[in-house]
Amino acid sequence: MINLFKVRAKQKETANNVDDKKHIKKQTAGELRLHKDLNELNLPSSCNLKFPNGKDDLMFFEVTIRPDEGYYLGGKFVFSFHVPSIYPHEPPKVKCETKVYHPNIDLEGNVCLNILREDWKPVLSINTIIYGLYHLFTQPNHEDPLNHEAAQVLRDNPKEFESNVRTAIEGGYVGFTQFTRSLVPGTGSLGIE
Amino acid sequence: MDRIDVTNPIVNFLFSLLEDVGKPKAEVAAKRVMERLSGVNIVPHFCRIEDKDLDFYNDFNIIVLGLDSVEARSYINAVACSFLEYDANDNPKEETIKPMVDGGTEGFKGHARVIIPGVTPCFECTIWLFPPQVKFPLCTLAETPRTAAHCIEYAHLIKWDEVHSGKTFDPDNPEHMQWVYTEAVKRAELFGIPGVTYSLTQGVVKNIIPAIASTNAIISAACALETLKIVSGCSKTLSNYMTYNGVEGVHIKVTEFVRDKDCLVCGPGVLIELDTSCTLQKFIDMVKEHPKLQLSKASVTYQGKNLYMQAPPVLEEMTRANLTESLFDLMRRVPSGTVHVTGTTSENGKKTSGVRKLRVAFKGVDGIADMDTAGGA
Repeated sequence: MINLFKVRAKQKETANNVDDKKHIKKQTAGELRLHKDLNELNLPSSCNLKFPNGKDDLMFFEVTIRPDEGYYLGGKFVFSFHVPSIYPHEPPKVKCETKVYHPNIDLEGNVCLNILREDWKPVLSINTIIYGLYHLFTQPNHEDPLNHEAAQVLRDNPKEFESNVRTAIEGGYVGFTQFTRSLVPGTGSLGIE
Repeated sequence: MDRIDVTNPIVNFLFSLLEDVGKPKAEVAAKRVMERLSGVNIVPHFCRIEDKDLDFYNDFNIIVLGLDSVEARSYINAVACSFLEYDANDNPKEETIKPMVDGGTEGFKGHARVIIPGVTPCFECTIWLFPPQVKFPLCTLAETPRTAAHCIEYAHLIKWDEVHSGKTFDPDNPEHMQWVYTEAVKRAELFGIPGVTYSLTQGVVKNIIPAIASTNAIISAACALETLKIVSGCSKTLSNYMTYNGVEGVHIKVTEFVRDKDCLVCGPGVLIELDTSCTLQKFIDMVKEHPKLQLSKASVTYQGKNLYMQAPPVLEEMTRANLTESLFDLMRRVPSGTVHVTGTTSENGKKTSGVRKLRVAFKGVDGIADMDTAGGA
């Protein structure tokens, strides 16, 4: 049986953690699991991480992807990751911060990637998500799109799609929408003719 | 931090439909119980559970939970388990055990459990019990909705940002909820989908399942009984997880779940004794050699502060300077504390990465003696 009443006596005796008693922030299990994921990261050179809130707030970070092949070669795209405190029970919230012309990414930055929502499993990790995002650029798909105009063009006229993607990366207009200039500096016009 | 909603008085006899809608639940409940029972003293606190500091929770003998999310339970569990201390034989020190009684209901189903940190499994030990939440693919919401819930989630997750970019959706703001409802109706009409109602909208957006008075009564009675047993010692407590299912008849089952010895929240962790002069680099080397750990390339974290991260490169750079500092200083000179390390172990040539909990104790630093020197720190 637990002796509840010894608790009070113990509290008066225990004087350690004088500063830490006032400490409200707890180390959540989600943060610890995130540590494991970060430790295991095995990313290609085209993907980079940044921690805008410093080394003590790992639950928010940004991933920059520079596809090295496909329609989006030469572009640079930034994704924000918000990891919940009950990670991995819930997936991180990922949004695309760069305005991009893509069938699976809408103009608000919502990303249609199955493992971010309906197919998320706690056994997946930050690594798998980043690979999934990278895949979106090397293999955009026109089925189940978030941006139906882009999906339609990809399906019916790949050459026009390619040209629209280039225009968008350079910061131009496709239809009535202006996209963010997201060229990787130094690549200029790629001269793929 | 909840206020009474019109649907609450039906399932909770402490709240009056005529007088109490809109008032804080904690304050009304406390007032009503004290009116009915003499000799009872209840102090209501109308705030978020994270707003109270650790001292507040440590003051109590038992914590009884009636929370509505995995997140909230996880938080309180971490708080209660943080008070737990172990002796040199990895046995929990009785006087540091903070028992919890947790209950929850969802329509015709409910659960009640007793958590005795260090003895029964804690909330994290059994978090795998929760099934993943139902989430619809964004493209289904955007292109091919088939149900009323799809239309509601479209308005909530996609349309809201399009129209109100920058403004966060607040599920407790009736105007926001009304806007989502109106948009959902429009979408449903467009696709010929029936069934969008305001109450379904609230349910889908806030993940609410309608409450049933009998379920709530059964679960709260179970929790009250377990609390009485712990306080008075009159009987053995429920061991340790009771589920109730009233969908067809009444089904009650009690399962005795087992603790996860390596639980990062309630486990003893591995005890490591160090000199106050030991640097972080030396500590990392020790972790590699320690027979119970053998973790190479360890990253170290203490109370949310990342002392050293091996990866990714940007974090390694940010934390490299700490390697030459003494761990005692980095841990703000406490005589002992819980540290978590993440690293890789090698078994039969196969490398696996893992997080381990460590109890770090500094030799020659006594809790009471340190009080005098800590005063100036």
